[in-house]
Amino acid sequence: MALLEVDDLRVSFPTPDGVVQAVRGVSFQVDAGQTLGIVGESGSGKSVSTQTIMGLTRGAKVSGRAVFEGRDLLTLDGEELQTIRGAQIGMIFQDPLSSLHPYYRVGWQIVEMIRQHDRSASKAKAHARAVELLNLVGIPQADRRVDDYPHQFSGGMRQRAMIAMAMALNPKLLIADEPTTALDVTVQAQVLQVIRNLQQEFGTAVILITHDLGVVADVADEVEVMYAGRVMEKADLQTTFYAYHHPYTEGLLLSLPGYGGGERERLHPIPGQPPSLINLPPGCPFHPRCPYVMDRCRTEVPPLAAVGTSATHLSACWLPHDMPARNEVRRKVVGEPLPAQAEA
Amino acid sequence: MNASTAATPPAAVTDADVLLRVEDVVKHFPVRSGKLFERDKAFVHAVDGVSLAVARGQTLGLVGETGCGKSTLARCITRLHDLTSGRVIFDGDDISTLPPRRMRPYRREMQMIFQDPYGSLNPRRRVGSIIGDPFAIHKTATGQERKRRVQEVMELVGLNPEHYNRFPAEFSGGQRQRIGVARALAFRPKLIVCDEPVSALDVSIQAQIINLLADLQGELGLTYIFIAHDLSVVRHVSNSVAVMYLGKVTELAPVEQLWNHPRHPYTDALLSAVPLPDPNKSAQRERIILVGDVPSPIVPPSGCRFHPRCPKARQDCVDRDPALEPRLGDEPDHVAACHFPVADGEDISQARPSLAAEDRIIEPGLLGGS
Repeated sequence: MALLEVDDLRVSFPTPDGVVQAVRGVSFQVDAGQTLGIVGESGSGKSVSTQTIMGLTRGAKVSGRAVFEGRDLLTLDGEELQTIRGAQIGMIFQDPLSSLHPYYRVGWQIVEMIRQHDRSASKAKAHARAVELLNLVGIPQADRRVDDYPHQFSGGMRQRAMIAMAMALNPKLLIADEPTTALDVTVQAQVLQVIRNLQQEFGTAVILITHDLGVVADVADEVEVMYAGRVMEKADLQTTFYAYHHPYTEGLLLSLPGYGGGERERLHPIPGQPPSLINLPPGCPFHPRCPYVMDRCRTEVPPLAAVGTSATHLSACWLPHDMPARNEVRRKVVGEPLPAQAEA
Repeated sequence: MNASTAATPPAAVTDADVLLRVEDVVKHFPVRSGKLFERDKAFVHAVDGVSLAVARGQTLGLVGETGCGKSTLARCITRLHDLTSGRVIFDGDDISTLPPRRMRPYRREMQMIFQDPYGSLNPRRRVGSIIGDPFAIHKTATGQERKRRVQEVMELVGLNPEHYNRFPAEFSGGQRQRIGVARALAFRPKLIVCDEPVSALDVSIQAQIINLLADLQGELGLTYIFIAHDLSVVRHVSNSVAVMYLGKVTELAPVEQLWNHPRHPYTDALLSAVPLPDPNKSAQRERIILVGDVPSPIVPPSGCRFHPRCPKARQDCVDRDPALEPRLGDEPDHVAACHFPVADGEDISQARPSLAAEDRIIEPGLLGGS
């Protein structure tokens, strides 16, 4: 059974300009020990969906279900959520400086976290655990650095301290929201290594939210591509990169420098911009930017349906669901076969 | 080659082709003690003796971690900072010590594009007047003439000239970056320094701006200095790339040469850390995980500044500062500052430094064991 199962999650925010429909019917599941990558651009709803599950979106109108170990998180009250948040589901965010309190020592914040959930833990014991955790995530001289303030840590160390805090109570699920976006590539490699190793060691399930397809390629098992509050495509890692179905996934990959093709060739950006979440276009939200757009796309919303030969490869698109036929359309519309697909 | 000749940039490009030459540029920032009347004793060694040359119509990429001095170098080149020492030679003229008034004609020739398309545009001014600023400052065009030229440049960067009277807030991030590009292009400069121009943009929009910059380069013969932390972007746009670490250039080479034959272990580590949007390649690759963080630029390490984190470090690296010169029989345009350069095909992911314990960083836990 899945550790977390999210079903038809909808989140909207009333604003003076209109209702912002941030998440519009998102479903996914994460199994124990698995890494789910959620990819999307700004405003795709990737962060809002996980924050809603954790009860962190105040003032939002929420519907749907998010079942974690048999309990629907969306129906729990604040106090009940408190016992799950941190203890059973850990979270790390993009900006480690604003997630750590500048006024308290790093170690104290981890101790506080442990004792919040386990009053029986003595201060000394929790402190020892904090040192152990900082050591685990690769903070040098953890026994000394545990009493540093956040500003004495570098960016990478702060993010590792956040991971230490998130892992303090051995959560079954870790939600990492753009954990490496603010970091240099070398430090990003360190942090991803820590997440990977933690997962191997403790079998933690991870939801990794990112805009960086390179990071996804590095750590994810399953990938969900989001756009304008909807899931556009969902597949395993290999399928997402080498046998994708949805034109938006294709557009994201092709706009990357260094994906297939020659180095100084022109990139293939997706034309236009993401739609406003207040005035969404009718039909498929991607149709104004899609090179394959058909009449049907402008009026009817395509359902997320199985495509290709695998039952787990889902795509919300009106293009033929049979992969050879889909690629035939590509040849007609765009011309050359995809670099990656030609190789594969 | 001894240390003094190593300070001159590689001679592969002849003087006529060189638009910009940077010679042994040093920029130190004083660190204040906080006490009144006390003399500044410590300095941040932001840029510490950098020499480069950029050929006309080409793009030089500048890469390195946060705090390596790449942005400071860019600001020294455009003279937004005064140099501590060294020379900046632009189009044959030494501009390193010009007073502001005499600097002004050169400012028209070199422009900057900044990272944050939100922060670099005044939200209370109309786009037309933002882009028209250069004309107003340099008093070259007024009234209808200015409007015409602004609209011309808006069209050039793919903005609708009818949006002349809109405010920045009415544009998306990608369009705002186009406004920044338009402002930089107003005078048809020779050199544009792009400081992280696409870092704040989504991938699909990022590609639009990269293509725009490439088109403009072809059309107007622009020369770029391109700073970005995303190495795959740098690889895509650059002809040659300089890798910086703690204020020094550690390696400088034509882009494919650098990617295929990195000589400096730092370059090797940096390149191996770039996430590849290709799961199979990503899984095959040997990743070099550097230990620790960049040391303080106030007291940079002795010898080679990379030695505390370098998997190949030896005692020599602590004692002697390596010269920036061709290594292992490379062409003169590929220079690296390393005593023990990485050979082709060498895998340094398992290498361990042989240093006295006090000279290196030891990482505990999950990182150290792997």
